[in-house]
Amino acid sequence: MSDRLERGLNTLRAQIDTKVKSYFSSCVHCGICAEACLFYTETQDPRYTPIYKTQPLHKVWQEEYTFWGKIGKKLGLTKSFTEADLANWEELVYDGCSMCGRCSMVCPVGIDVAYIIRKVKEGLAAADYSPEGLVGAAQRAVEIGSPMGIRLKALKAQIKHVEADTGLKIPMDVEGADYMALLSSMEIINFPEYIEALARIFKQAGVSWTLCSEAFEATNSGLQIGNSKIAKLLLERVVAGAEKLKVKNVISPECGHAYAAIRWDGPNWLGKPYNFKVVHILELLDELKKSGHLKTSGKETARLTFHDPCQIVRRGGVEAQPRHLLESVAENFVEMTDHGRMNWCCGGGGGVSANERADELKLKAFNRKKAQLDELNVETIVTACANCRLVMEEGLEENEMDIPIIGLSELLVEYLVEDK
Amino acid sequence: MIMDFIDGPFWYFSLIVFFSGIIWNMGSIVFALSKVDLSVSRGSAVSGAIKTIFTRFAADKGMAPHIRLQIIAGYMFHLGLFALLFFAAPHILFLEEHFLGFGWTPMPHWAFIIASEFAFLGLLILWLHRILNPVSRLISTADDHIASILTFVVMLTGCLALLESFTALRLLHRFSVELFLIYFPFSRLMHAFTFIPSRAFTGAWFGRRGISS
Ligand code: SF4
Ligand code: SF4
Repeated sequence: MSDRLERGLNTLRAQIDTKVKSYFSSCVHCGICAEACLFYTETQDPRYTPIYKTQPLHKVWQEEYTFWGKIGKKLGLTKSFTEADLANWEELVYDGCSMCGRCSMVCPVGIDVAYIIRKVKEGLAAADYSPEGLVGAAQRAVEIGSPMGIRLKALKAQIKHVEADTGLKIPMDVEGADYMALLSSMEIINFPEYIEALARIFKQAGVSWTLCSEAFEATNSGLQIGNSKIAKLLLERVVAGAEKLKVKNVISPECGHAYAAIRWDGPNWLGKPYNFKVVHILELLDELKKSGHLKTSGKETARLTFHDPCQIVRRGGVEAQPRHLLESVAENFVEMTDHGRMNWCCGGGGGVSANERADELKLKAFNRKKAQLDELNVETIVTACANCRLVMEEGLEENEMDIPIIGLSELLVEYLVEDK
Repeated sequence: MIMDFIDGPFWYFSLIVFFSGIIWNMGSIVFALSKVDLSVSRGSAVSGAIKTIFTRFAADKGMAPHIRLQIIAGYMFHLGLFALLFFAAPHILFLEEHFLGFGWTPMPHWAFIIASEFAFLGLLILWLHRILNPVSRLISTADDHIASILTFVVMLTGCLALLESFTALRLLHRFSVELFLIYFPFSRLMHAFTFIPSRAFTGAWFGRRGISS
């Protein structure tokens, strides 16, 4: 047995927990989950059926935990696990799954398929069957601190621009601040408007906040590639930053998987709860709005819709807040047919957008979003994830659809009542 | 001789395999220590688990048009089978005499006919879907087919056994039930029990995040 196969197999074995056992022994192979997955609906290729993507782990479970599997193995009746079992699934799992979790909402026996796929990724990553793009991003995240290679210098340069534009000071390394804001590399480089929005809203609402020079990156390539060790290492930096500055809260930015990593997975990777609270920026803005600290005036008249980032809404639970906020500043807010917890993914989550090999498939998967948008005829799309935004911008351009996309925080700031 | 064996030792053997298999399987799921989630919860895991056990009986509204066949055939089969299992007169009598010591009102003959038609048709549609639909054909295994065939045989011999005068037919039904019971804990037929912890695990996960699933 080769080294990488052994690593992959051992890692897969270690992934089998009670939930996985229950899930695998419940699956009736009805195929219903396929109809929930945009990679299947847009390609009609049965290999993209969610539960099929879990085959490598299923095979290990079958061989080691089931009666027939054990007998088959003893008698040499079943084919033993080979590298091909891993190699053939790399494309399915990394290119053909955005970890959106929609399949987990529809399974009649209640299987959280995305939970199992995440575990398959661990096995593939351990055996070095991961796409180059993601491996590179994870390496940059570990070595430089950002998957896009953004250093503190670049952030400081962007901050300078924002300060010049707003006349506001962006607080950095303020000890004892109430909130420590995190950013995603994409926000720093592509959408610095987000930093501006934070500065203006927090100034107006009287929020004490800071950025941390040692922990400003929120994204977690370890989660995307499926390597818990890297995921933990990256998270530890955030925790160290928050503890050093003694902040009470950490704000997860407009980035889907960052929220999953910091809010939900983080304490489990660390093996202990945090001594600070994690809030999503939309949760905080909603609280500020409700408490009267965030005042807006006027409303956007353009017909607009909200694209729910999967990890923030379906798997994060921040569903009502963006709607409250939108209703307060938009006159013509319309929902897509499937929205909220049943929204369709943009096609680029789970590391798909960082994986160039998946570009064509990602654009195909985007056709699902296109169909949703075609039904609505909107003038603007609002979202709350820089990755969704970039992926959708690319998809819209490819389909020659001229619809601007804006972050929800930026939209709010347009109607913010500010002291002159 | 064969009759004594089927009605006697083989029957008890199949019951022992069935019950001990189920207890073993379910015990290893329900009583296994699952990891405590250390993130701060937003909602209740317990109420999420309970809710999801029931909500998954209905398909999501947006999904329903795409999976209509599976929903209709699935309900026809499961409801039909449930009615036959617990409301067919011979079954009630059997349970009363051998296990419970009490019985209940059986369904009338016309209801029996409808229930069997539902169960047969449902099972047949599901099985045809399994072999004809590219998705379910790809993911189905030998186990799925064996389970379908065994269930079909049990139902068929059950209907034939209604002609009580033929002991051979009653024995054939008994024998097929025994094979079914022995196969059950080692197969996906276990979903009849494991769907409960599966839904509960998922419901709890979503519940503590404040999401209804
Ligand atoms: S919907 Fe659930 S039971 Fe059906 S094939 Fe998918 S995972 Fe299995
Ligand atoms: S998580 Fe989303 S993309 Fe992945 S298999 Fe499930 S539905 Fe498809």
